[in-house]
Amino acid sequence: MAEASYPSELKYHEEHDWARVDGDIATFGITWYAQDQLGEVVFFDPPEVGKTVRKGDPYAEVESVKAVSDVIAPLSGEIVEVNEALTSGPEAINDDPYDGGWMVRVRLSDPSEVDSLMDADAYRESLT
Amino acid sequence: MAAGTETLKRTPLHDRHVAAGAKLVPFAGWEMPVQYTGIREEHMAVRQGVGIFDVSHMGEIETSGQGAEALLQRLLSNDVSRIAGRGAQYSVLCNERGGVLDDLFTYRLRADRFLTVTNASNHERDRAWFERHTGDHDVTVRDRIADYAMLAVQGPQARALVAGLADGELPKRFTTKELTVAGVPEVLVCGTGYTGEDGVELLVAPDAAATVWDAVAAGGATPVGLGARDTLRIEACFHLYGNDLTEDRNPIEAGLGWCCKEHTGFVGSDAVRRAREEGTAEKLVPFAITGPGIARQGNPVIGGGVVTSGTLSPVLGYGIGLAYLPVERTEPGTAFEIDVRGKTRRAEVRTKPLIPEER
Repeated sequence: MAEASYPSELKYHEEHDWARVDGDIATFGITWYAQDQLGEVVFFDPPEVGKTVRKGDPYAEVESVKAVSDVIAPLSGEIVEVNEALTSGPEAINDDPYDGGWMVRVRLSDPSEVDSLMDADAYRESLT
Repeated sequence: MAAGTETLKRTPLHDRHVAAGAKLVPFAGWEMPVQYTGIREEHMAVRQGVGIFDVSHMGEIETSGQGAEALLQRLLSNDVSRIAGRGAQYSVLCNERGGVLDDLFTYRLRADRFLTVTNASNHERDRAWFERHTGDHDVTVRDRIADYAMLAVQGPQARALVAGLADGELPKRFTTKELTVAGVPEVLVCGTGYTGEDGVELLVAPDAAATVWDAVAAGGATPVGLGARDTLRIEACFHLYGNDLTEDRNPIEAGLGWCCKEHTGFVGSDAVRRAREEGTAEKLVPFAITGPGIARQGNPVIGGGVVTSGTLSPVLGYGIGLAYLPVERTEPGTAFEIDVRGKTRRAEVRTKPLIPEER
C-alpha cells in the first residue's frame, strides 16, 4: 500500500497499532505509518494462542532487514487466533496492513478499554 | 548528544536524495540516506545490475613529502612500500596495544603522495593520530575531507556504465586513475568497493558531485542507501568499524592478520605479533542462522561470544552475520546457538563470503 491510509472503522493506539473491535473480540495489527517507518518486513515472530496480552505491552516482534521492533497490544485480553500466513508471507504487513496483515485476534478482558483508543482522525492528527 | 540537538552535516548530494524520496537518518554526524525505495530492492540492484551510493561522509587524509611513506609504514599495519604507483591497499590502524583504531584504504597518488580514506566516525581521531606521529618525518598531513565527495558505483554493470562516461580506460582492481567523468575533470577513479561486486569509487570535487551523480543515475544506476550498503558488506564479509572492529579487538582475532606485516614495525606490531604467535581466545567468523529468526549486533552467543553484525541476507533469504566465537568453535560447519532477545536461535559457522561468488 503506497499511500497512507487510516480506515475510519478502526481504533488506534499511540504506539501505531490498530484494533478492529467486534463485541468482545478484537483483531490487532500495525498501522500504515508503522509499516512505513519499519520498511520491508521480513520476519514476523507470532505469539502463542492462549497467551494473555496487556494493553501497552509488547506481544510480538516484527523485523525489517535492518531492525527489529516490538508490536504493542492496543487492548488487553487473551489471544484466540494468530495470523499464521504472516510466518511465510510477512510482506502482507507492508502490502495490506489492515487486512491480510492482521496479526492476532484477542478475546478482550476489559472491553471498556476501547474508549481510551483514538479514532482515525485523532490518530492521523497525532502523526503531524 | 541528544537526537535533534546536533547540527548534522549534509553531503553535496543532499538535494538529490530528497528528490529521490530517500529516508534520511543521522549517521556519524552526517544526515545520510538509509534507503530510497527499499533495502532489498536496492541490494539486488547492486548484485544484479548497478547501484550508486553517496559515501561522502567518508574522510580523506593526504600524506605527502619525502617522509610520507615512512610515516604511513609506521602507522598502517600493511607493508606500504608494496603499494605500487597508483595502487591501493587495505590496512588497519592500531594503538600500541594492537587494538584497532580504524580500517582504511590508502591510495598512492604519486611516489611521495598518499590519500587515506577513513571511516566518518573515526576521521578526527585518525587525523589527530597521524599528526601526533609525524615526529621527525619530513611530511605534511592534510585533512582533505572538505575537498572530496565520494560516490561508489557498484555491481556487475558498474564498470561498463562508468567507462561510458569516462575519457579513458578505467583503473584495474586496487588501482587508481585520474579521469574526466561526465565532463568533470580530475575525478579520482578507484577500483575499490565495499559490496563484494566489481565497481569503482569516485573521489570528486564537492561542487561537481551532482553532475557525476546525475550522469551515473541517468545511465541506469539505482540509488542505494546505507541500509543496503550494510547488508551487501555483511554478505561479502567485510568488516564494519564499530561493529566488528573496535579498540578492544586486535586484527588477528578479527581475521585481518593478512593485512598485518609485523616486520614493518608499525605501532602495535609487537602486540599483533604476540596475538598471532600465541593465538587469541576468540575469532571473528561468518555465520548463518539455520532456523527462523535474525540475529543482530550485540546478541550473545550461548556458551561465549557475541554477534557483531547481523541481518537478513536478501540473496539467501535467511539470517546471516559475523560473530566472535571461542576459537575452538570456529571451524566451518560448527553449530552454535544465539540468544536473540530471549529466544534461542540455531546458527552455523560458515566460510566467507556468505553468498556464492558465482551466482
